[in-house]
Amino acid sequence: MNFVRTVWLVTRKDLLIEARSKEILFTTLFFAISCVLVFAFGFVREGRALEDAAAAILWIAIAFSGTLALGRAFERERQSETLRALMIAPMPRPALYLGKLLGVVLLLAAVEVVIVPLVSLMFEAPLFEHGWLTLGLLATGTIGFAAVGTLFAAMLVRARSRDVLLPVLLYPITIPVIIAGVRGTAALLQADVDVSMARLWLSMLVFFDAVFVTLALWTFEPVMTE
Amino acid sequence: MFAYAPFMIVRAPYETTMGPISRIFYFHAPSGMTMFLSAFVCGIASAIYLFSRRDGADRVAVAAAELTAILGIIVLVTGPLWARKAWGVWWEWEPRLTSSLVLWLIFVAYLLLRRYGGPGSDRLAAGVAVFGMVNVPFVYWSVNLWRTMHPKTTVVPTLPPGMRGPFWYSFVAFTLLYIITLHLRTRLEKRRAELEVLYLALEE
Repeated sequence: MNFVRTVWLVTRKDLLIEARSKEILFTTLFFAISCVLVFAFGFVREGRALEDAAAAILWIAIAFSGTLALGRAFERERQSETLRALMIAPMPRPALYLGKLLGVVLLLAAVEVVIVPLVSLMFEAPLFEHGWLTLGLLATGTIGFAAVGTLFAAMLVRARSRDVLLPVLLYPITIPVIIAGVRGTAALLQADVDVSMARLWLSMLVFFDAVFVTLALWTFEPVMTE
Repeated sequence: MFAYAPFMIVRAPYETTMGPISRIFYFHAPSGMTMFLSAFVCGIASAIYLFSRRDGADRVAVAAAELTAILGIIVLVTGPLWARKAWGVWWEWEPRLTSSLVLWLIFVAYLLLRRYGGPGSDRLAAGVAVFGMVNVPFVYWSVNLWRTMHPKTTVVPTLPPGMRGPFWYSFVAFTLLYIITLHLRTRLEKRRAELEVLYLALEE
């Protein structure tokens, strides 16, 4: 079985379960909307949002709901010991990692499809003016966050108190992603749009993704071996 | 050498605007530098442990992680004391401060994972340490682009000669102290592992 096909099979398995139950998608989506609502009370004064608030709220919502989705995606694998079955299956471990990563990224993309227009509407943020750059920032940011998150969530499956440990481990490591995402988006939303700044952050995110996906592929095998 | 450091520091010339508080510098900067050193020691030791399964490397990694956390506390306590005097604020969202805090958080997370992660968490923690080490330049660069105010690294060569001596003296003292503590802590971990083996043998 070739590598790409294995990756796709793992992803398809996750998507199929999700398509039937829609459990993670709906819970994560409404959690993200609640995040936007809760943070709006902190950042909106006299009916007007503070400067940069839209970018901050968008990325906080993505990071929080991403953590939730990661936790759930692997909790499902743990409950019926299916992760063990996947580990025993005769396939390269990196393919398993990439398959899970792709599943998480697609799930978060589905959440973002709702969240981004919502934030744009509620905070009068012109997120679609520089559509491609925003899309690039969102895509690379989500991949970066999920790349680290998938590895950590996978390795925490066997650990105790995994629900608390996942955010505790994940947030400090993904701080560059959050900073780049928020500042890059904010550069596109401010009164005088700073396209070159957004491009700089985007290139940093691409670099981050390349380094951390490689590192995760490299460490997945020794970390997951019992 | 460590005992002599206070005398060196007292003899160092006064910094006119800040007075005695500037002496924290001899404590703050070396502990910050050893903290970053320690983070790299932990990361490299963890990578070795992850790929070669040598228990010795894991012991060095635990020792280094604990020292990173302790040095981090020293840095994060002395930093604000100094900042209050130098910049008039306790805390400033500035690159060095923020990245030190992030680095400290990563290694506290490492220790939390080892403590509460249950069996097998040593290898998971090693993964976290490797990620943490690789993350350092990213954190530094991104936070740097975000904000700037701390005296640059280039402040050291520009120090007046009277202050430079005690500074390097403190730095060497701190590095030596670090190496000794690391060694002792690693040995303690080794003894503990040996003791465990003996206990198991006794039970059988």
